This record gives sequence, C-alpha cells and structure tokens, in this order.
Amino acid sequence: MPDSDSGLELRLSLSHPGFTLDVDLDLPGHGVSALFGPSGSGKTTLLRAIAGLEKNASGTIRINGEQWLDGRWSLPTHKRALGYVFQDANLFDHLSVRGNLEFGFRRAGTARQTHFERTVDLLDIGPMLTRRPATLSGGERQRVAIARALVTEPRLLLLDEPLAALDHARKREILPYLERLHTELDIPMLYVSHAPDEVAQLADHLVLLHQGTVLAHGPLRETLARLDLSEAFGDEHTVVLDTRIGLHDDDDHLSRLDFTGGSILVARRPEATGSGLRCRIDARDVSLTLHASEDSSILNILPAVVGAIADTRNPANVLVRLDAGGTPLLARITRRSLRRLGLAPGMAVWAQIKSVALLG
Amino acid sequence: MSLPGPADLAAIRLTLALAATTTVFLLLLGTPVAWWLARSRSRATGVIGALVALPLVLPPTVIGFYLLLLLGPDGPLGHATSALGLGYLPFTFAGLVTGSVVYSFPFAVQPLQNAFAALGSKPLEAAATLRAGPVDRFLHVVLPLTRRGFVSAAVLGFTHTVGEFGVVLMLGGNIPDKTRVISVQIFDHVEAMEYAEAHWLAGTMVLLSFLVLFLLYRRKPDA
Repeated sequence: MPDSDSGLELRLSLSHPGFTLDVDLDLPGHGVSALFGPSGSGKTTLLRAIAGLEKNASGTIRINGEQWLDGRWSLPTHKRALGYVFQDANLFDHLSVRGNLEFGFRRAGTARQTHFERTVDLLDIGPMLTRRPATLSGGERQRVAIARALVTEPRLLLLDEPLAALDHARKREILPYLERLHTELDIPMLYVSHAPDEVAQLADHLVLLHQGTVLAHGPLRETLARLDLSEAFGDEHTVVLDTRIGLHDDDDHLSRLDFTGGSILVARRPEATGSGLRCRIDARDVSLTLHASEDSSILNILPAVVGAIADTRNPANVLVRLDAGGTPLLARITRRSLRRLGLAPGMAVWAQIKSVALLG
Repeated sequence: MSLPGPADLAAIRLTLALAATTTVFLLLLGTPVAWWLARSRSRATGVIGALVALPLVLPPTVIGFYLLLLLGPDGPLGHATSALGLGYLPFTFAGLVTGSVVYSFPFAVQPLQNAFAALGSKPLEAAATLRAGPVDRFLHVVLPLTRRGFVSAAVLGFTHTVGEFGVVLMLGGNIPDKTRVISVQIFDHVEAMEYAEAHWLAGTMVLLSFLVLFLLYRRKPDA
C-alpha cells in the first residue's frame, strides 16, 4: 500500500437503480492511470464520484493527502482542486475560448499567469483565443477543454474518454498533446477509456473495471500481459514495451530499439539515439516457430520461453504468454498450431513479430 | 378622435407601474419555482406544475373571487397581512400586484422552466469542476445561457399583466388612481358610450402589444 500522503486512495461505493459501484483502489500519485472496461462497467461513474458529481457516493477519497470524501461527508466539487475533461468538451458557449480558459483560472486563486501561457502554448490554443466554441472543430474544442482544466493547476486531472467523440483523424490530432501532458506535467491523471490502443499509448497504470468492481489493477506492462485477464481485453490482446533507441542504421533506413532482454528493428525514427519510445505489439502479430528461421522476410525474431497458455473468446485460437529475456510478450496462435508444435510451458521458441506499433 | 383625458393618463401610469412591479415579483418568485420544476425528480413536480398552470385555464374572475376571499378580512391571508400591519390587500395597489403575480405566474414560469430544462446540468457540472460555487454558477453560467428565457418571461409577464381585467375588477374594484387600470378604464368608456376615448386606449394597447410580441418572436432561435 502506498504512503497515504502521496497517492490516490479511492474507497467508495454508490448505487443507482440497476447498478452498484464498489471500488477499493490505491493508485500512484503520479503518471497516468487508465480506467479501462466495457461500457456499463462504471468507469465514468467512478470518475464522476471522484469529482464529487455523484450525489450519493460514500466512502473515502484522499488525493495526495487531501480528504475529499469521508463517509457520507463530501467536499463540494468546486472546492476540489481537480481538472475534469468531459467526453464532449462541454465548453461554455457564451464565452470565447479565452473566457472559457479564464473562468477556472480566475477562480483557482493560486494559478499563475506563466502557467496559463505555458498551457496555451502546450496545446497550441494561442490562435483560437478570441474565437467562440461554436466555431471550433471537435478536436480543437477538446484541446480547449483540456487547457481549461489545466490552467487551474489541478492536483488531479480527470479525463472522461476525451477522444471518444472524435473521428480517427481527430484522435491522431489530440493524442500527441495528451502525450505531451504526460511527459511535461507532473499531475496525476485518471484516464477513462474503452480503447486498448489509447490505453497502451498513454497509461502507466491500468485499472480494469467490470460491472462496478475492480477486476485487476497494476502497472500497465504487467497487467496487459496477464493471461487471467484476457477476457477483459476481448480480441485486442497487446503488450507494451518501453524501449530506447540504440542505433540508427542509415543504409537500410532502420532504427534499433533496445529493451530489457532484446531489441527490435523498426523503420528509421527521427528521434536521437537514446530517446525513449513506447511501442505496442499486438498478440495477433506474433507467431511462433521452433527454430530460428533463416529465410523469413520477418525482421524481428526473438528467442523466448513459453509461459502460460490460455483460451481466447474464439475457440480456434489460444493465447500464449512468452518471456523474452524478462520482457513479457503475448502470441495469439491457432489451437491447431499449438498442438502441431507441441508447445508447453518452459519450451524455448522463436517469436516472429510481424509488426510493431510505435506510440511516440 | 379626442385626446386622452387625465383619467386615461392616470390609468396608463397605474397600469405601467402595476406591470413593472408585477414583473419584478414574477422573476423573483418564478425563477426558483421554474428551477425546481425543471430539475427536481420529486413527484411533487406534477402537482406544483399543475397548480402553476391553473391560471392559464381558469376564468380570471374565479382567481379574483378566491383571492378576494383569501385576502379579505375573513380569509387566512387577510388575517396574516392584517397581523403583519399591512392591512387588508383587496382594493389596494398591493392587492392588484398580488393578484397579477398569481394570474401571470405561468407566463413567467414556463419560459424559464423550458430554458432551465434545455440548459441541462452539464454546463453547471463543468462550472463546478472549475471552482464555481452554487451562486457563482447561477450568476455566471445559468443567467447568461438562459438570457432568452428571462427576456421571454419578463415580456410575457409584463404584457399579460397589462392585459388583465377580470382579476383586477374582482380584487381591485375601480378606484381612480389606485386600482383603475387601462382595461377597466376602457370598460368604463364603453359603458358610457365614449367610443372615441375607448378606441384611443384600446388601439394603443393593440399596437403596443403587437410591437412587443413582434420583437420577442422575431429573434432567431439561439441568437
């Protein structure tokens, strides 16, 4: 259990007709914690309860030592030093973009002008300050909403599926900004999402919710690779690697990414050697062979040891957990291949990785 | 057509004073009621909503009659006002204001209730997460976003009060300078066969009412 003065202590319950939320969680007081689960699992309700927007929540909420909920006593929302980004931006239509930003900034008292300007720069809001929310695109509105929450210098940033209402192109537009928040600001964030790719890209810590309770939670890498939770991810099993650029090969236009226990090659990256890079490897892009294939076009072939094997939703497939020199990987292969190769825990195999998604 | 006499001007002055005072009370009392009707999930909203709408369907004489009984020396409200040192309200300006507020209440409450319902709770939640307390939220988020509802409530409440007759007659009688409003004055002119004077007042009311309503309805939605 983390030190109670530097973490998010969330013990709360509430019920709506037909739904009960019952959560007991200690989350790190820094970095991004993703609340992940299918719709109806209580992610948004939990986030709203943390913000004090759910009237009948009871329990304990302590944010880095500050009590927000104690039994039935609840600190009113406007006295909680939080930032909340709603799914649909929820900007004030009667105010300009600047007016929206200044609404919370003025009331927060402690917020500094330099921080205001830094946030405007961070999210590239400058050119829109005089515009009305109605004239902004969906992506721009969401950026303003994030900035509006940040200028109050919150102690906790709550994001409720900020990308869900956006199309794919707009998502691509916002994600780099969220990534920037992650690396440049030291505010703990709770990020509600049902999209595994967003979680893989942004989160440090993962909380899996199911029907109002916490199914599991832990550091992202370990939690994603847990086979006992495979049901929660549907067919989108994936692992995340935190890598560092080890080498650029300009002849073949490749870059080598090093991680604990191995390295992989990807198309040449613009970043300098030594920069950190997160990448995602989907279980369906990993196949297994018993011998290192010399004549394969696949670039990344890693030695690994078979760990546990689990069923997937589709009975034709199984999910194999691999240990590649200390780094967990998942491979989704057919049940027939499993039998044909005679795979069993402890066996040495070669993992052929067909594609790697770079998450910046 | 003859020019308006001093009695006509007094009636106009009194009517405008009555309508203005009534509008102030309509907004002060109508806002919390409309807010509650729009946002409460209590079952009592049905009963209160029906009570508020009652003046829309009742003959004004019915309202005036019961108010007269309630506010008179034998009525419970009459006892109360008398005990408070206010005297009895029937046949006074205060009595007219009371009757007008009741009579015009739905005209103020309904635009406000619609505006509050359309606003929903989302802007309020956003404001709360941005450190705005309840009063602050009302003044700086609800008021500006429901401005049109307030304008409609004020205009409809004002014009409806200007146009009332039955309640005034029952509750206020016909006392020059005190309770004789334009509608009663027109009635008097007609009774006395003074059609030219009646025309002057009645025509002015038609024109003014039309102008006000035209200005109200001409505005584009969400402008």
